[in-house]
Amino acid sequence: MRRLHVTALALLLVVSGCSAGSSATVSSDPNSLSVGFTAEPANFDFTSTDGTAIPQALLYNVYEGLVKLDENGKIVPLLASSWTVSADRKTYDFQLQPGAKFSNGAPFTAADVKFSLLRVKTDWKISIKSKMDVVERVDVVDPTHARVTLSKPSNNWLFDMTTRLGAMFSPTGVADLANTPIGTGPYVVAQRRRGDSIVLRENPGYWGKKPVYTTVYLKYIKDPTALNNALLSNGIDVISTITAPDSIPQFENDNRFNVVQGTTNSEVTLAFNDAKAPLNDVRVRQALTYAIDRKALLDTAWAGRGTLIGSMVPPTDPWYEDLSNAYPFDPTRAKALLAEAGQTNLSLRLRIPNLPYSVSAAQVVGSQLADVGVKVTIEPLDFPAVWLKQVFTDHDFDLSIIQHVEARDITTFGNPKYYWGYDNPKVKELLSQADSGSTDEQIVKMREVAKTLSADAAADWLFLFPNVIVAKTKVTGLAQNQVSESFDLTGLGRS
Amino acid sequence: MTLRVVRRLAILIASVFVASIVVFVFMAVLPGDPAQVALGVNATPELVAKTRADFGIDRPLVTQYFDWMGGVLHGDFGRSYVTREAIGPQLIDRLGVTLWLVGAGMVVALVIALPLGTLAAVRHKKASGTAISGLSQIGVAIPAFIAAILLVQVFAVQWRWLPSGGWTPPNQDAGAWIRGLILPALSLGLVQGAVLTRYVRSSVLDTLGQDYLRTARSKGLRPYQALFRHGLRNAAVPVVTVLGLQLATLLIGAVVVERVFVLPGLGSMLLDSVAARDLLSVQGIVLVLVVGVLLVNFVVDVLYTVLDPRLRGS
Repeated sequence: MRRLHVTALALLLVVSGCSAGSSATVSSDPNSLSVGFTAEPANFDFTSTDGTAIPQALLYNVYEGLVKLDENGKIVPLLASSWTVSADRKTYDFQLQPGAKFSNGAPFTAADVKFSLLRVKTDWKISIKSKMDVVERVDVVDPTHARVTLSKPSNNWLFDMTTRLGAMFSPTGVADLANTPIGTGPYVVAQRRRGDSIVLRENPGYWGKKPVYTTVYLKYIKDPTALNNALLSNGIDVISTITAPDSIPQFENDNRFNVVQGTTNSEVTLAFNDAKAPLNDVRVRQALTYAIDRKALLDTAWAGRGTLIGSMVPPTDPWYEDLSNAYPFDPTRAKALLAEAGQTNLSLRLRIPNLPYSVSAAQVVGSQLADVGVKVTIEPLDFPAVWLKQVFTDHDFDLSIIQHVEARDITTFGNPKYYWGYDNPKVKELLSQADSGSTDEQIVKMREVAKTLSADAAADWLFLFPNVIVAKTKVTGLAQNQVSESFDLTGLGRS
Repeated sequence: MTLRVVRRLAILIASVFVASIVVFVFMAVLPGDPAQVALGVNATPELVAKTRADFGIDRPLVTQYFDWMGGVLHGDFGRSYVTREAIGPQLIDRLGVTLWLVGAGMVVALVIALPLGTLAAVRHKKASGTAISGLSQIGVAIPAFIAAILLVQVFAVQWRWLPSGGWTPPNQDAGAWIRGLILPALSLGLVQGAVLTRYVRSSVLDTLGQDYLRTARSKGLRPYQALFRHGLRNAAVPVVTVLGLQLATLLIGAVVVERVFVLPGLGSMLLDSVAARDLLSVQGIVLVLVVGVLLVNFVVDVLYTVLDPRLRGS
């Protein structure tokens, strides 16, 4: 019996020791911060591995480009202190930050600009590298002056330079990109615990403003509930994006936390197979768009968090216009249009990725389309592997629902081979005029693209995904809108 | 005895070989192209084809299999498609976490089951014995992940005594390591403990009714003395069998518990690798798990003969 007492005592000691140690779950050092994410980078090499997880961790924090995107979607200087554009809009002259250095000690000069931009064409593997094809030549005028010449004027190019495509590398720092990233940013990767965390530490030689938090733990927690629990139990300080919207009120009602809600670039889209009957008929597409009550769908699928948009343009793009009322919910009209198209006995396959938002949105879409006499079969597919193969690559679908997360991805409607198979020469023409025109022309033309797509019901943009960050009240400077590819740590502060 | 062990060993090796083929074939027929997943949307068919060649997955399946198996026999599990790292060291790293978890879960289960099961058997006609039986019945009905969610809600979210998840290597901070291991081990161990309690009870109950125990009593031993000296070894044989089966269940349960508690073990590596179609990693992990379960069975078989001399002759 005595032994039992001893055991019980030991257990009690361990548990009571834990309550004292709970502050140790988050480091008690005020200069350190712990941020929870859901998607873990597979490696550190975004030149050969696609996806949002790597740039989310590294861009602006470890790697920097000449320019960056601020939280309002504006292009601002970073490694380039200023730049000028020639009259024919084909030549860009960048003045570089003179004191910038890579974390391996090598100075950052115009030669590195040339090396990095030309390397995209030769060494990058991910498909978006084609966005840099427009670069014709890069000249080193002097160490702090780089000149980039484009083969044709392109507004999109400078924008793309704010993404991972514009990240600056040193020839001395690309030997092991997958494991040892070397950039000019305020942080360096100090430690990697696969399946758990990445530790960023302040780069002592950083050229710019020192970050407030000298150590940042990026914690990767795939399960949304586990991520919430980590914040509730003091395991982390910030949730980068809430992926379980029903759980938001518990944070809003708790004065330990601050909830920041804004927009993203991520349009949750009901894709139509525009190239294939019966959805190649504009009347059918319009009918389906009238048949869906997007407000009700947003309430059901994502707890009403998000924005109704009506075209593929988030409010942070300069050419945003509210088109969410172009197709008001009108089942009668939907039925009439279907009858007009001779499709009164329609049966469609809704092939979706097996992700929470998509599954819940699909159920609403299915039931609302059933109300207008369209039979919908929902087929969840393993994401990414099976969905990418069957829907995206082989175009084997009628309808699908997926988030399009990339910035300014409205341009995909200019590519008839893209999985939605939308082929409209007018849109192609407008997109190219917008790219080569002046900034004002770009806005006018892009608005026209958005309106044309809406009129054609090229897809049904169900809602724009919200950016919901939850943080302890001590953390300040969180960006409301997630518009760049980066979870930018540089603006964070401490109250 | 030696012959029996050698025969078991031969069966073990043959099973591993068959298992490796099954694992490989399953991976090969899984829909989804690893190259496409790694390159993401918009990848051109040419680039996908080139990457397939880089990965070596454009070669005939038989060549791929022998290449892989040949490497594995030399301890080389290949290089991951996704992380570009060698898989072998990753496996060892992750296996360490899972073994700690399963081991701790087993300890929890044994600490619960051995005393409670014995007690329930000895007092099977009293209220306390019946109560233990009833409680264990409830415990059996709770899946590990429900136990995990409840434990997190109470101990991590409400009381904030223990972390809700995460892993600290024991050599980095032993205190944090133990605190991080308590809730996952309890989640795994409580349920298995309940299952095991029932087996211990029935096994001990069986033994209590044997003639030799009555003889021992009539020599003048007290009930517990008789049980501990003569009965436990006999009662242990069926319990060890169940224990072996449970170890396999614990390994599977660890996959779920690792996800809930964000532990970087073999289970979470398996889930991530399947999602990313990192087939080489998946093959390696599944092979390690299969070998683990087969090894446990082998050890249980050998243990029988140690525990029960009667089996040695056969």
